[in-house]
Amino acid sequence: MGRKLDPTNTVKRGPGRKSRKQKGAETELAKFIPDEETAAPKRLSSRGRKRASKRVLKKKPKDVAEEPPKKGFTDENSKWLKPTTRKRKIDEPEGDDDSDEHWEEEEDDEEEEEEEQQQEQTKKGGKDQGKKGAKLGIKEVKEDDKEEEDDDDDDDDEMVDDYGALDDSSGEEAAVEEDSDGEELLPIERAAKKAKKLKETMGLESDDDDDDDEEDGGKEKKKSDADTDEEDTVQANMDEMDTFRLPGAEESEKEGILPLDLKTIYQRIKDNIDVLCNFSSKREEGKDRSEYLALLKKDLCTYYSYNHFLLEKLMDLFPLSELVDFLEANEIQRPVTIRTNTLKTRRRDLAQALINRGVNLDPLGKWSKVGLVIYDSSVPVGATPEYLSGQYMLQGASSFLPVMALSPQEGELVLDMSAAPGGKTTYIAQLMRNTGMIVANDANADRLKSVVGNVHRLGVTNTVICNYDGRQFPKVMSGFDRVLLDAPCSGTGVIAKDPAVKTSKDESDIQRAAHLQKELILSAIDSINAESTSGGYLVYCTCSIMVEENEWVVDYALKKRNVKLVPIGLDFGKEGFTRFKEHRFHPTMRLTRRFYPHSHNMDGFFVAKLKKFSNVVPTAMAGKEEENTDAPEATAVTTSPKEKPSKSGKTQKIVPGKAGHLKGKPQTNGTAAKKPTNIKPKGKKDSPAGPKTANIKSKGKKDSPAGPKPAIIKPKGKKDSPAGPKTANIKPKGKKDSPAGPKKAKIAKMDGETVQGAEAKKPEVKTADDTDASKADKKEGSRFEKKGKNRKSPMKATDRMGKNKFRKLTHMLGKKGGE
Amino acid sequence: MRPLTDEETKTMFEKLSKYIGENIKLLVDRPDGSYCFRLHNDRVYYMSEKILKLATHISRDKLVSVGTCFGKFTKTIKFRLHITALDFLAPYAKFKVWLKPGSEQSFLYGNHVLKSGLGRITENTMQYQGVVVYSLTDVPLGFGVAAKCTQECRQVDPMSIVVFHQADVGEFIRNEDTLT
Repeated sequence: MGRKLDPTNTVKRGPGRKSRKQKGAETELAKFIPDEETAAPKRLSSRGRKRASKRVLKKKPKDVAEEPPKKGFTDENSKWLKPTTRKRKIDEPEGDDDSDEHWEEEEDDEEEEEEEQQQEQTKKGGKDQGKKGAKLGIKEVKEDDKEEEDDDDDDDDEMVDDYGALDDSSGEEAAVEEDSDGEELLPIERAAKKAKKLKETMGLESDDDDDDDEEDGGKEKKKSDADTDEEDTVQANMDEMDTFRLPGAEESEKEGILPLDLKTIYQRIKDNIDVLCNFSSKREEGKDRSEYLALLKKDLCTYYSYNHFLLEKLMDLFPLSELVDFLEANEIQRPVTIRTNTLKTRRRDLAQALINRGVNLDPLGKWSKVGLVIYDSSVPVGATPEYLSGQYMLQGASSFLPVMALSPQEGELVLDMSAAPGGKTTYIAQLMRNTGMIVANDANADRLKSVVGNVHRLGVTNTVICNYDGRQFPKVMSGFDRVLLDAPCSGTGVIAKDPAVKTSKDESDIQRAAHLQKELILSAIDSINAESTSGGYLVYCTCSIMVEENEWVVDYALKKRNVKLVPIGLDFGKEGFTRFKEHRFHPTMRLTRRFYPHSHNMDGFFVAKLKKFSNVVPTAMAGKEEENTDAPEATAVTTSPKEKPSKSGKTQKIVPGKAGHLKGKPQTNGTAAKKPTNIKPKGKKDSPAGPKTANIKSKGKKDSPAGPKPAIIKPKGKKDSPAGPKTANIKPKGKKDSPAGPKKAKIAKMDGETVQGAEAKKPEVKTADDTDASKADKKEGSRFEKKGKNRKSPMKATDRMGKNKFRKLTHMLGKKGGE
Repeated sequence: MRPLTDEETKTMFEKLSKYIGENIKLLVDRPDGSYCFRLHNDRVYYMSEKILKLATHISRDKLVSVGTCFGKFTKTIKFRLHITALDFLAPYAKFKVWLKPGSEQSFLYGNHVLKSGLGRITENTMQYQGVVVYSLTDVPLGFGVAAKCTQECRQVDPMSIVVFHQADVGEFIRNEDTLT
């Protein structure tokens, strides 16, 4: 075997963005390794420096006394080796050195050094760095010397030979004595030696000077940089002006002929932002802000390689000063974090065990008692025995937040609507201490395998794992105390994990995601039991930072269902937007939280916590509305086209919702007349089947994608118009793919009963008969309660309705066949 | 999902008893509620009655897993324990083997346990007795079958196998696709 167990590199979950994202330790650790490597020589160099300085200290006196030890001979040997070296020295090379030494002795060390340094600085750039034996610490000096020597060498190549000869001749005797690096002298090594010698002669000072010089050099560079910066700023401003003056010509020039290098672009971005931040003072006369912005956008797109669409969105989202931070933060990975599985161990024990394995870690933060940050590790974090035995889970810090916001209690019934790969599910289970029940659902069967693995690995026993489309979930089961909806999204918050997002997303992707999220959030809300004593909460989260996928979706839910926003229970994060561009969201939207990579060092994330405060009303509302609108349709099928124009008034939709969904029934009823108009166009939009709507103008408005239904219903509707109650039953169904299926149907039925085929009554309701409506609501409510507060009731209802539906469908089919 | 037939129950319990002996009783009669075994997709799941009821709402084809998977029936109606059952085997195990830290990794990659890696072993372990494998820090790592009885284990040379590997927690990663 011995095959490297590498859980994270195998792509185990088939296709899908998230599965790729879940790559754990290996990929994330990879970034540490180069760091170490790069760091290692540095450390070595510093040590090397110390060593060198020590050596220098030791040798300095001797050097002064005896000339030969240039070569780094050890003290004892240097004496009797002297003559041989002398011989050679006399020839040439040593002469040089001697001369050097004399020089140095005679002259000021510093002066010379400075000279050298200057040379160095000038030459350094061109030098290749392939020095084998050379100690990095004194690299630069060596380089200097090398160059000097090279100059010499160029003149007399024999020198090399001489050196070699010398080595050979002395080698027999001095092989041992010579410094380890002195054996075969490459030019570089020679240079190194010379450098060493230099050092020796110069003593400690040289080291200090070295550093100083380096620093000086650095400073100088910085200064020069700064100078250039200043120049750049000036120039860039000039550029801007230029570009603004001649946008077309210059751009084309630049793009066509010489692709701008990133540095200048970056500089330009900085300058541009600077101007934009102090626009009134720094702007160039006659230039519009939009021109600056256009240039900035173009530059950012080039520099960070985003597509224009996404960057535009981000520019809308962040102030310019923050924008660059955000973009920069997306270029670096977030730290690897793990979550302790408190079902199996404690954080302290786990940390100890991991430290023993050579993992460098720290607690995640004050806000989490189970999180650990992994800085680096000598073992793959995703394959330690601790991991395999389920003591921890690799999980991004941002994934903790929604579960903490959900704060599931022991003994509750919790739904995790899109569970894969199971990190949040297991966290929920852990918070519930394996009591209660969790339903983990995911639409992707492949990704569910990881849920199964993780749930079992972490020793979670209270979980049912199933594979439904989340949009249908209320039909399967409802009455949950808490629901966690981690909606599928465009992933704009996790660009660091998946850079493909930068270029792959466009408007339609966002729209599609948002649409799915709206459907999901409604079905999630419908799965909740508002009467739950301990719960009734929904946590909605995405790893996207787009307003369309977050605030907008939540706002939509606020309008469509009886839910309200509540604080998520975390004291950090940025407040959600209450207003964004032309959108105005519900004022409580500030209770939602946004998390950004640049400000919180975790993935971009959005968390909203909603409390459902009524099971019945929203569905009743919807049901009634539908009925109200249905009734006329049912009786006169052809009226629908007339209604459509009225529906087009979308602005209404916003107004009534805003008016205050919390205020409750009367108002909602009052707006009932308007609402259906709102709903319908949506229904139409939602239904993907274009032709259907065309066929079944009246019925098909909200029809489900299931093909045959509308066709069946059509004749029914006609027939049903005489039979009052039945129409009520059927119509909602026909319309209703909207997740609140069974309930609405039920209510509709009831309505039918109460109304008893008196369609005339509906207009009354419409005319804002508040008392009536509220009564009706109460009735329904009481009814609901009677059926049992326990959570089974809705399920039963679903069952019953399912049967009914089935019966009816068969009935209808039969009829149709008859016809 | 259905209850096990008598035949299936017998096969499964026989297998389980190799590891936990008469402690099976503790699995079925638990103080914290009634628990049961159910068969779904040839796999045996162990769950509380509460969760069982909940799971009945979910149609068969959509149900992936309930409670804890203990193992599966092969086509020849033999029962094969999965590593997922470890959480219930480990606390009740009658015979245990502890591994030295050095050989943990080897075992987790699916290798048998050699004498050289054997830290401790329960007294009076018979040959071919089912054993649960622990690390020296008492973390359960998997289970297997003793290749030699305790006495023999003391004498054999270091490279001989003392425990045959059956399942280890590394399978959570290696065989993630086949766990259910």
